[in-house]
Amino acid sequence: MSDIAQVRFRSATEETPLARRALIAVAVLGLGILVAAPLIVVFAEALAQGWAAAVASLGNRDALSAIRLTLTIAGISVPLTAGFGIAAAWFITKFDFRGKAFLITLIDLPFSVSPVVAGLCIVLMFGTNSLVGGWLVASGYPIVFALPGIVLATMFVTFPFVARELIPVMIEQGRAEEEAALTLGASGWRVFWTVTLPNIRWALLYGVLLCNARAMGEFGAVAVVSGKIRGQTATMPITIEMFYNEYLSVAAFSLAAVLTLLALVTLLLKTALEIRHADQLAALHP
Amino acid sequence: MHIEIDEIAKTFGTTAALHPVSLSLPSGALVALLGPSGSGKTTLLRILGGLEFPTSGRVLFDGQDATGLSVQERRAGFVFQSYALFRHMTVFDNIAYGLNARPRASRPNKVEVARRVTRLLDLIQLPDIGARYPSQLSGGQRQRVALARALAIEPRMLLLDEPFGALDAKVRKELRQGLRDIHDETGLTTVFVTHDQDEAMELADLVVVMSGSQSGGRIEQIGKPQDIRSKPASAFVREFIAA
Repeated sequence: MSDIAQVRFRSATEETPLARRALIAVAVLGLGILVAAPLIVVFAEALAQGWAAAVASLGNRDALSAIRLTLTIAGISVPLTAGFGIAAAWFITKFDFRGKAFLITLIDLPFSVSPVVAGLCIVLMFGTNSLVGGWLVASGYPIVFALPGIVLATMFVTFPFVARELIPVMIEQGRAEEEAALTLGASGWRVFWTVTLPNIRWALLYGVLLCNARAMGEFGAVAVVSGKIRGQTATMPITIEMFYNEYLSVAAFSLAAVLTLLALVTLLLKTALEIRHADQLAALHP
Repeated sequence: MHIEIDEIAKTFGTTAALHPVSLSLPSGALVALLGPSGSGKTTLLRILGGLEFPTSGRVLFDGQDATGLSVQERRAGFVFQSYALFRHMTVFDNIAYGLNARPRASRPNKVEVARRVTRLLDLIQLPDIGARYPSQLSGGQRQRVALARALAIEPRMLLLDEPFGALDAKVRKELRQGLRDIHDETGLTTVFVTHDQDEAMELADLVVVMSGSQSGGRIEQIGKPQDIRSKPASAFVREFIAA
């Protein structure tokens, strides 16, 4: 047995030890410089003047208002985007119709349009000078420079995440299980809740997490529609920029650290769920 | 249940899948729809099950027009080609699905559902696999579970799309007999689609030979296996059963 093992044959997909080490080195170096180092710098800068200063800077009225606003926006826009994403993916994968390719392109549009342009579009559509916007402002429901505009901008930017995660999964799974459920007498609604949704829940979770991370971190589109009103429409990323421009580096980096932590929490949540439901994940991929 | 297919035709967009076909299936028969791919046999089966609707023509169940009945109202036990078991549910929950999907008034209680699922697991001779997931079963076991799930709704007919297609030769032989036994025990009118003439000839009481063409699938011959062997109605049938 050991004699055979010593013969130095390599399988077709295996690299030489040197190539393997080189590839690993490149990956580690890339990750270190591009991902790990900036993260460490953010936390180091936040704590440059000690914990007390960092925590105190977060107690600032503007910082608190920014955290509250960002959480509110994510809380509203993520469920809505998830709902639209499921509906769009369902529609695209379970039915055949004209213009399907066009619809898929339309869903991808936010990926290719600059967020700033997206923000401008919303200002043009709902600003005081537009027909709809003028009427809404007169009725006391302003969209631009207010919460609804920020939510709209966030939803525009995050729209593709859920749909894009779901479409390939739903195409791969096909319609057979849904059809089977229908022949067994289930209504369309029941089929959705008992067959479709359980089969897509992991892809949905990934989509929602990505969507949430982007919703909390979006800068460009929100910067345009929010008007950056301190304490009112300034979200966390915008407040971070304001603090930084005012040379309040501890405050800026402390808030940035909180934003980073929020993202890390979602990642941890995802990992925890994966570990807990590992057996179900395995069952989904025979 | 007696099934009457009256001048059923089907086109998908501009492609013709079925030329108008007519067919009468006696109650309790075990019928094979035999033909090469593109002969419209699966389309015909899906029309019977209510998964597709014909472009023209009628379907009659026991003399009643059933053309407009929804897939749920058909109460057809349907076994899909790749079985389409619900992968996130145990075998028990798969088989119980149809019973739990019934409207509250006619839904059996938990004890009754468990009793029926147990009885079906006995019928397919796999009494101990209720707690497993489909991914943990062999191909032959999956096919039998799909059969049990279809039977659980107390169907009016049994429709099977290439039920042995995904199995190796040995298991295929065993399960042929299994399907024959279940058919004889339940007395259900059973229609299965196959491209394997041995399978059709050996298993079915009545064989429907179909062929494909530009104008859609059509029926070449309907008859008992021995009649089709001894008196093929066309050159197509002669060649197809000789292959």
